Amino acid sequence: MNTDLTNLDAAELGRRLAVGEVSSVELTRAYLDRIAAEDDVLGAYLHVDADAALARAGEVDAARAAGEELGPLAGLPVALKDVFVTEGVPTTSGSRILQGWRPPYDATVAARLKDAGTVLLGKTNMDEFAMGSSTENSAYRPTRNPWDTDRIPGGSSGGSSAAVAGGLAPWALGTDTGGSIRQPAAVTGLVGHKPTYGSVSRYGLIAFSSSLDQAGPMARTVLDAAVLHEAVGGHDPRDSTSIDVPVPVLVKAAQEGAHGELAGLRVGVVRELGGDGHADGYDAGVLDRVRETVELLAGMGAEVREVSCPAFDLALPAYYLIAPSEASSNLARFEGMRFGLRVGDDGSRSLEEVMSLTREQGFGPEVKRRIVLGTYALSAGYYDAYYGQAQKVRTLITRDFTAAFDHVDVLVSPTSPTVAWPIGARVDDPLAMYAADLCTLPASLAGLPAISVPCGLSDGLPVGFQVMAPALADDRCYRVGAAVEAALDAARGHRFLDGLNERTTA
Amino acid sequence: MSTPSPQEPATAGPEPQAATALGREGTAGLGRDDVAHLARLARLALADEELDHFAGQLSAVLDAVAEVGKADVADVPPMTHAVPLTNVTRDDVVSPSLPRDVVLAQAPAAEDNRFRVPQILGEE
Repeated sequence: MNTDLTNLDAAELGRRLAVGEVSSVELTRAYLDRIAAEDDVLGAYLHVDADAALARAGEVDAARAAGEELGPLAGLPVALKDVFVTEGVPTTSGSRILQGWRPPYDATVAARLKDAGTVLLGKTNMDEFAMGSSTENSAYRPTRNPWDTDRIPGGSSGGSSAAVAGGLAPWALGTDTGGSIRQPAAVTGLVGHKPTYGSVSRYGLIAFSSSLDQAGPMARTVLDAAVLHEAVGGHDPRDSTSIDVPVPVLVKAAQEGAHGELAGLRVGVVRELGGDGHADGYDAGVLDRVRETVELLAGMGAEVREVSCPAFDLALPAYYLIAPSEASSNLARFEGMRFGLRVGDDGSRSLEEVMSLTREQGFGPEVKRRIVLGTYALSAGYYDAYYGQAQKVRTLITRDFTAAFDHVDVLVSPTSPTVAWPIGARVDDPLAMYAADLCTLPASLAGLPAISVPCGLSDGLPVGFQVMAPALADDRCYRVGAAVEAALDAARGHRFLDGLNERTTA
Repeated sequence: MSTPSPQEPATAGPEPQAATALGREGTAGLGRDDVAHLARLARLALADEELDHFAGQLSAVLDAVAEVGKADVADVPPMTHAVPLTNVTRDDVVSPSLPRDVVLAQAPAAEDNRFRVPQILGEE
């Protein structure tokens, strides 16, 4: 098995493909071999079609051999979270209710990756309808963290995080509603970026909470994430919330950031996210790594100051009203009439009874909880006190960001309060599970870009450092993220994920 | 189907009344019957064990989310969306739809080129 190839970053793989040092078929086979050998344990994938992947890789190799002009991504394998619809390829969103469904069309981001010549390895596991922070809410199986297979890989994009960290894909797309790209990236030692809301198409993304859902890259390096982001980003007339502006220049920002020249950059450390008086529930090791990283930024010339954003304290309650409310509405489409599961249609039952039985058997506990909660928050008599109030808190959070960005260029915090926890530890305690999203929710509610980059280990497990920026200033996340990555790599003497490879081969 | 029937009088006015009606001394408490009612509204059958289990869990969650009531939101407008786009339109030109046979092939039941659904009206 060729683990040498599967431990490389996508930029290096792309270079080798372009100069003919490796073929797409060889590369794809290396990943498929590793999936066959290791995914029984990791549970990163819900669907892999080796024949289709190899056939596609063969087409790209043939085109290259014929002298066709190919883009920089041509022949590179990729994994997609199972929330993206893919034409003819099973798509479940981690739910029983869509078991066996083969969508009749491609999500825009899936189509863009296909057009760029990438090879789809498979669809990655996830919490059902992206509701969760551990991937234990998958209707199919839990996913395990490659750093410690008794622990969770984060969620909801935990299949994508485990696949990329574990060398079962060079990179992957995830989606982030309240932290579902950044938190799994943090706890598996990856780079994960949630783009500005509206800057990456949601067309063909199975909706959870429409005003928050956003697709983005999960990768082994900041540069890889920037390349993947540029490949899928940009206006899409099929998504009416899509922002009609040019794709931001991210690869250049990552390359420049890696030089570590941050003179003049103003960095705000958010007190409410792990600072004085707000450290309850945070691992000491997480706070230590984040503090060291802030010092690192100062050492590269950044001006660091503490910033207070009082409304962030209400981000979690506001989110857990807004997201379930939108979910209860979005998930009404899963009623067993046009696609997916149908239960109890024996001629004796009415439409409503069949719908209710289908949804009872098709949805798991967390999805049911959120549908009930959202239905409550939206019902007459409670709407103003819950959903309406949460939307006003959302305004307050956005105002805190706006005020902070009058004085600083980026805001930083831990990505998640803790490292990966043991599988099962929070399964039946929704509030403990929700706490994992504490630091990622503010940027979600305000629609702002935020990246997580690895900043070291605590108890031998990865810690993530979050960088948040104003709307459409995603490039700042990549610039600062690349500076952190380069400085830590240089100090360590190797890339962060090499530490995992050494451990697993030791 | 009837509209949702809250368990207490609607807090009709805008805030601050709505905000003070929140929390109810820290026990937002959803009972078993409340969960059953909400599940019915959402066309979601729930087993007896689930009703009990969810009632306890959701009461704890409701107590936590009721914290939003603490915010001073006088004169604060609601934010529905991060991107304030309005009236997004496209040119009024015909574009191809998904092929009917492809769509129906994924339906739980189809008949005469249509989705087949259970009876919608009762006997009477």
